[in-house]
Amino acid sequence: MTAAFVAGADVPLKRRLKRAERARQFRALGLVLPLLAFLLFTFVVPLAGMIWKSADDWEVPQVMPQTVAALKQWNGQGLPDEAAFAALAADIRTAREAGTLAVAAKRLNYIINGYRTTLLSTGRKLKEQPAPGTAKATLIEIAPAWGERESWTAIKSASGPVTSYYLLAAVDLTRNADGAIVAAPPDQAIYRDVFIRTFTIGFGVTALCLILGFPVAYLLANLPTGRSNLLMIFVLLPFWTSLLVRTCAWIVILQSEGIVNGSLQWLGVIDEPLRLIYNRFGVYMAMTHVLLPFMILPLYSVMRGISPAYMRAAASLGAPPTTAFLRIYLPQTIPGIGAGCLLVFILAIGYYITPALVGGAADQMISSFIAFYTTETVNWGLASALGAVLLLSTVVLAVVYGKLALGRQTTGGLKN
Amino acid sequence: MSKIKVALGFAATFTALTALSSAASARDLTVVSWGGAYQDVQKKVYFEPFKATGTPMSDESWDGGVGVLRAKVQGGASTWDVVQVESEELALGCDEGLYEKLNYSKIGGEDAYLPSTVNACGVGAIVYDFVLGYDKDKLKDAPKGWADFFDTKKYPGKRGLRQGAKTTLEIALMADGVAPADVYKVLGTEAGVDRAFKKLDTIKNDIVWWKAGAQPPQLLASGEVAMTSVYNGRIDAANKKESKNFGMVWNGALFTIDSWVILKGSPNQDAAYKFLNFVGKPENQAKLSEGIAYGTSNKKAPSLLPKPVLADLPTSPDNMKNAIEINTDFWLENIDRLTERFNKWAAK
Repeated sequence: MTAAFVAGADVPLKRRLKRAERARQFRALGLVLPLLAFLLFTFVVPLAGMIWKSADDWEVPQVMPQTVAALKQWNGQGLPDEAAFAALAADIRTAREAGTLAVAAKRLNYIINGYRTTLLSTGRKLKEQPAPGTAKATLIEIAPAWGERESWTAIKSASGPVTSYYLLAAVDLTRNADGAIVAAPPDQAIYRDVFIRTFTIGFGVTALCLILGFPVAYLLANLPTGRSNLLMIFVLLPFWTSLLVRTCAWIVILQSEGIVNGSLQWLGVIDEPLRLIYNRFGVYMAMTHVLLPFMILPLYSVMRGISPAYMRAAASLGAPPTTAFLRIYLPQTIPGIGAGCLLVFILAIGYYITPALVGGAADQMISSFIAFYTTETVNWGLASALGAVLLLSTVVLAVVYGKLALGRQTTGGLKN
Repeated sequence: MSKIKVALGFAATFTALTALSSAASARDLTVVSWGGAYQDVQKKVYFEPFKATGTPMSDESWDGGVGVLRAKVQGGASTWDVVQVESEELALGCDEGLYEKLNYSKIGGEDAYLPSTVNACGVGAIVYDFVLGYDKDKLKDAPKGWADFFDTKKYPGKRGLRQGAKTTLEIALMADGVAPADVYKVLGTEAGVDRAFKKLDTIKNDIVWWKAGAQPPQLLASGEVAMTSVYNGRIDAANKKESKNFGMVWNGALFTIDSWVILKGSPNQDAAYKFLNFVGKPENQAKLSEGIAYGTSNKKAPSLLPKPVLADLPTSPDNMKNAIEINTDFWLENIDRLTERFNKWAAK
């Protein structure tokens, strides 16, 4: 009402409101700008880089440019012409000088096992550029593999600039010599199983954490402050001990001459030690222990806000305890359950150290394969492709999950 | 929840900042090795005495993987200079140009070293074996070789093996009666690989897989396994330091050579060469062998060692008799394929 007597009253109220609003928005943006920049450089850029690496086919075009150009005209039938052989000889000699031949050899060896030897030994034996018209004969004499069509289709298929090879391999598919997508040979088709294993362990650990964590969180939320603080310290204790220490403690407890087996044998419950570690049981045990606080904390924060009056009201209206719990209490904790489960699940599927130490050879999760290809064999294309598949499936799961569990007014501190 | 996120954000920022600030300053020579009992000995006989000669240096440890070195070199601003690498890392990194080509005239000349330890990109640091290790207190009847390792009737109990295809397949073939000299010839065929996995099938449920070199002695000590494949130096260290009574079988041992490399573009080249020259001297290498039972690369080092020490070294002729070198070229060609196959087999 007083707006009419204020200076600048000729500007409509709506526009002034907008102006003030915009200034506020800019200020807010300024405040989050450092974080945005930080996230962009530490999160978005590396992720984009990883996804690009899973399709980037740089080795062969960079090391063998002439051969790649010469094979452009080749239709993939029979053997390529003399010019392609001459180009290959020239490329091999240049690459050997520059010390880059092994880079291309490694890439081509993914397609045909034994290619590395063929290429490197040709490099060693090819002392000089063959005379015009004799390149084909010379190369085939040095290594019979150059007389096979597959050797050439391999180069053509790795000519870049992008390849589907790694992403296909990450889901157990491959292309045959004609370029059709087919299932990978059974000996090499392992990644689907590994992904399924990873998600199975993830779901299992999440379920175990929920079953174990729910009562603890309830107790924490409903005890008098003094005692609940003490209990909280026990919950947080694992946060302050290193992951490795906790994992090794499980090894000591569960091994065949460990505490559990020792006590059981002493009590006469078992004669032979049980196998509790270096198998799936050990993985579930250790991972549940490590991830339990991540379930308890969100649950606790939600339960703290639930007034006991609701349950009392339900009881006074004649609801038996089970009904009151299921229909009154539980629905109010859904946001906490959602947040806890999502957090535990996402952390669990990325686990690497714990399964490596307490699991067997058949309990390795996808991260250990990613680490293996990243550090040991330097197959970064496949490592990135596995990472990309993991990222994609995680995002899909998180979205589905958000729709299922968090499509409510309160989100337990989690925005979806 | 938000508190945790904030804390994590802080931690991440802090690490990023410290990393940036440390990379920006000029630094001392940094030498990287394998950690554990081995690096403790290196500290005593290599690093500390070398510092005393007037060149400042610091040492770090790593778990291997040429990917780590690639990231260091290609990412620029590497914080490492001299790194000890395994034979595969040497070959791959040399191919990729991650290491400086060594100038042997600065480190005593090529002739000072055993021929198999001389490489354009690196110079041999140690020779060591994968041997069959067991606890003498528990097994009165000493196993003779890998065939006994697979005989769970005669020697009950679990077996420890390094997780993965490398070394595991060679061991399986030797247990199946393949002569050490023919192992890679057989493994190079499809039938040979099948044969190795078939042999592994016979003890599949009794295998405990280990990942880090420190694990097998622990597995033996805790009684988790009756026998295990293990680096020979670890057995020796456990016997010396923790007064264990572990035994080793040199028959069918797999040996390999670790080398020192200088990372490409290291700003501390001079200091790096000084260091390599220092650790290449026979008198210094002999001290290392006395501290931990690894063979070394200088030809003259064994002659400076007392007989009993020499007897436990991979480089002593008796121990070399039935040992084979792990074939780097074979594994570079086949590691991805056989790793996939190994994991397929493990999950069955």
